[in-house]
Order: sequence, then structure tokens, then C-alpha cells
Amino acid sequence: MLSIDGVLLDFKRLDSLATGDSAIHRLDPRAKVLVTLVFIVTVVSFGRYELTAMVPFFIFPAVIIGLGNLPAGYIARKVALLCPFALIVAIFNPVFDREVLVQLGPLAVTGGWISCASIVVRAALTVGAAIILLAVTGFPAICRALERLGMPQAFAVQLLFLYRYIFVLTEEGGRVSRARALRSYGNRGLGMKAYGSLLGNLLLRTWLRAERIHMAMLARGFTGEFHTRREFRFGGRELVYFLGWSALFITLRLQNAPRLLGALVTGISR
Amino acid sequence: MHMADALLSPAVGGTMWAASAGTIAYCSAKVRSELDDRKVPLMGVLGAFLFAAQMINFTIPATGSSGHLGGGLLLAILLGPHAAFLTIASVLVVQALFFADGGLLALGCNIFNMGFFPAFVAYPFVYKKLLGNNPSRMRLTTATLIAAVVGLQLGPFGVVLETFFSGISALPFATFAILMQPIHLAIGIVEGVVTVAVVSFVYKARPEILQGALAARPIDNHPLRNVLLAFLAVAILTGGGISLFASKNPDGLEWAIAKVTGNEELAGPRQGVHGALAAIQEKSAFLPDYSFKKPAEPKDRVGDPAPEKKNEAEDDLGTSMAGIVGTLLTLALAFISGFILKKRNKAV
Repeated sequence: MLSIDGVLLDFKRLDSLATGDSAIHRLDPRAKVLVTLVFIVTVVSFGRYELTAMVPFFIFPAVIIGLGNLPAGYIARKVALLCPFALIVAIFNPVFDREVLVQLGPLAVTGGWISCASIVVRAALTVGAAIILLAVTGFPAICRALERLGMPQAFAVQLLFLYRYIFVLTEEGGRVSRARALRSYGNRGLGMKAYGSLLGNLLLRTWLRAERIHMAMLARGFTGEFHTRREFRFGGRELVYFLGWSALFITLRLQNAPRLLGALVTGISR
Repeated sequence: MHMADALLSPAVGGTMWAASAGTIAYCSAKVRSELDDRKVPLMGVLGAFLFAAQMINFTIPATGSSGHLGGGLLLAILLGPHAAFLTIASVLVVQALFFADGGLLALGCNIFNMGFFPAFVAYPFVYKKLLGNNPSRMRLTTATLIAAVVGLQLGPFGVVLETFFSGISALPFATFAILMQPIHLAIGIVEGVVTVAVVSFVYKARPEILQGALAARPIDNHPLRNVLLAFLAVAILTGGGISLFASKNPDGLEWAIAKVTGNEELAGPRQGVHGALAAIQEKSAFLPDYSFKKPAEPKDRVGDPAPEKKNEAEDDLGTSMAGIVGTLLTLALAFISGFILKKRNKAV
């Protein structure tokens, strides 16, 4: 079982990656958000039996991990742990789709296995892209980028508020949960009755906290938006970054690079 | 029940993004115009509460498994639909980024499935209607329970529909629905019981919190109608735009539509349990025909997503080999380039 403290620690580690200082970290967050969106859309736009053509897209996470100085092993582990739902659904594909698509000598590969593998590759790419975006940008910067790109201000304020208090309340939730676990023997006390009043208590404390925060904010002259010192600028570097990656993704989407390379190396062509 | 990027086509993902973005814009304007700035910190902190509460588990009696609160309906009861929708959406954004629950393109689907249904369907049409004007304890319990179940039936059904229309998974519609709905009936009942427990605890300890929520003016149908109209308009606009794009590349929506309309053999029996079983039978009956000989030109796939892949099946071993060698090489190149960049970065 994953403990709340463990989850929180992991959360903080991922959050702290964004404090790094590299060429990628310094880019305007809007460029990074847009490139990630182009990346995800091109990856998911592949047909269900496409497998080889998606592989070159690993170049994007690999390059960003390299340039952004991110811990590659940590991100790979996170990606591997994080696609359970897609996998659960993907594993049904070989059951329902049994048409043989590729014949490798005696080994017949059915369409189901190909599309299952395709889903796994998609999951790895899209999940990886999201984590890498967060690791090189940071949550507040992503919110500000989205706000500049047209997200309503009320929602941006909500996201920033949530981000500030997640750490506080998750720690509180962890303490409450640990206290309950220490007081229950076996499964006694972990049932629904205690859970209801436990959450109710947490909710009441949360509510009171919100009232205190509101008064503190009023005292400091809150007018409905958060001010930040750091201003971003969408300059030439951002434009090159955005256009360069987008052009690469679209080229890779239209050309099956591995097949070209394979044909070149093995000397076999159609 | 988070929808995942890997199962989505761009057309479905984009449409749901537009729908959710439209609802967020509408709710933001609504919350703004309420001019109750007490709600700003309340929504933020309650979002964090939801986040924490989802991590605390409890054991479900008689089963030995454990569950946790989903919280969509609870937030709607405490905050009203608009603020609740924004709060749920913000929690899902954080989960998508930090825990990669679902993914960024699937975020639109997830916000819609887990935010729109509890806040704008289950809350106004089930909870409010059943609660009536003069709520008793009994009515509060029933209304909460039924609303939770309704919300948690619609959400997974959304997942099933989105998966089906994306056409990445080979799961037949009926089978997937039969897998999802009963599980979520159980989850919905548990969610309802927990929500009742939390709400009645709060009601006993600080009734004024709920008083505000209970006594708030009854929801008239205008806001919802506006939301639905806006959603419809945005969905048609983007859906139309994206499907134009999609029709240039034979994938996504076009492919899904072709699958729905083009081939009777698969679409025909796809109704009810009967149909699902028939479909499984049909598929397994195909097996002896297909496993030992090279397949003929597949007859039942109109607008195939990857025709070259199909052709490859008829090609000789060599082409497949070329594909595999090339793939491995590309993968190696991708990783090596990342590695070199990292090394260089460290050296500098």
C-alpha cells in the first residue's frame, strides 16, 4: 500500500525538479506548454495499428531530459508506474482482435497484440510528456502560461490556490490517517463509520482554515489575482523551440522514419 | 475511471477539451459574478481537501477491499454546481500533471466525466429534485445516495463512449459497458454512503455551513440550459473543424464513423449482452481461419487507419525485418542523443 506520506514525498520531489536552471527551464512556459500539446496530439493521431512510426517520438522526452538535466531513471520509473488504466483496457485487444497482421517466420503476430503494444507506447509517450512538462516548467508557471493562452482568470486563481494548500492539507490528511491506523487493531476502526466522521472533521477544519485565510487575505488587500514578480517573454528562442519541435513532430507523423532507416541499413526495399 | 490519452483519438479528445473548456469559462464567469469572494479561498482549500481525502482509505464491510471518497457530489452540495465544477476541474488538472492520471489530452474527458455529471446532472436533477423544499434527514440520505449512484453511472458511461468513438481499443462497446457499469454501481453506492456520513456529520457539528447550501435558491433550469447550449455549440464547431482535419488523414473520427456505419457485421449485433456474447463467439470463430494462413485483404475495414501496415502483412519477411531493425535503431538513437546531451550538460 502506498502511504500518504510516500505520495507526498514523491509529489514534492517532482515539484522540486522545476526549480532547476537550464536552457529549457528558462524558456517561456507558453512555448513548452504548446510544444507538449502538439506532441501529444500528433502521437495520439496515429492509427491503432501504428507501432514503428511512433518510436522516433521518444527523441523528444530523451532530448528534454538531457537538456533539462532531469533524473532519467526517476522519470522512467514514474512513467512505468503510471499507465495502469490504459494497460487494463489494452490487454483486451489481443482477445478481441485476432487477425494476423505480421508473419515473422513461424511467429504470427495478431492485430490485437500490435494495437496493444501501440497503446502501451502511446501511454509511455503521453504520460512522459506530461511529467517532463511539469518537471521543466513547474505548476505555477504552467498555470500562468495557460492563463496567458486564454484560461479564465478565476480558474487560474483556483489552480494556484489549490497548489498552495495541497501540501498543507495532504500533510494533515496523512497525520489523521496515521492516527487512525495507530488506534485501530486489525480492521477494527478502519470501517466506514469512523471514516465518515474522520473526513467530516477534516472538512470542518478545512472550512475554518478557509475562513481564516479569507480574513488574512482581506487584511492584505486581495483583489482577485495573484501577483508575481517574474515576467515571461515569448521571444525568438521560444519561437524557434516551438516551430522546430512542431516541424519535427509533423515530419515524423508523415514519414515512417524507422522503416526508412531499416531499409537503408538492411538494404531491403520494397 | 480516469480516461487515458493512450485510448483517445484527437477528434474525441479535442471535442471533450472544448466542452470542458467551455464549461470552465462559463462557471468562471458565474463564480465571478456571484461576487462572494469568501468562495475564492474556500474553493481552493476544499480542492486540496478533496485531494487529501481521496488518499485516505477505509475498508468496505464484508468485502475486505478498500475504497475512498470521490467527492464530486460532496463538493456540489457544499459549494453549488459552478464552484464545485471549477474545484473538481482544478483537482483533475493537478492529478493529470503530477500523477499523470489520464494525461493532458484526456483531461477534457476526465473533467467532463467527473465534474460535469455530478455537478450539472446528478446535483440539480437528482439531488435537488429529490430533496425538495423541506428536507428531512431521510430525504437527505436518499437524495444523496441516489444522486451519487447516478453521477457514478454517467461518468463511466462517458469513459465507455469516449473509448468507443476513439477506436483505439478493440473492446466492443457492449462488453466494455457491461464491465464498467456494475462495478461503478457498487462504487456509486459506497460513494453515496460516505457522502451521507460526511454531510450528516457536518450538519450535526456546524449546521450553518449546510444551511447556506440547503437554503440556497432552488436551481432553475436556465443555467443548465445555457451550459448545454454553449457546450453543444462548441462541440459542433470544434468537432466539425477537427473532423475536417481528420478526414484528410484517415484516422480518428472518420475511422470511428466508418466502424460504426460501414460494417454491418460488427456493428449489427452490438446491442445488449446477447450482442456482446455473439461478438466474442464470432471473433473466436475467426481464429482457425486466420491463424495459419496469410490473411486475405481485410474486407471489413473501411477507412483503415494504417493501410501500409496491412500491406506489410502480405509482404515478405524481409520488410518486417527492415521495420523491426529500423525501429530498434531509432529507439537507440533517441536514447543515445538524450544521453549525450545530458553528458555535455554536466560537463559544461
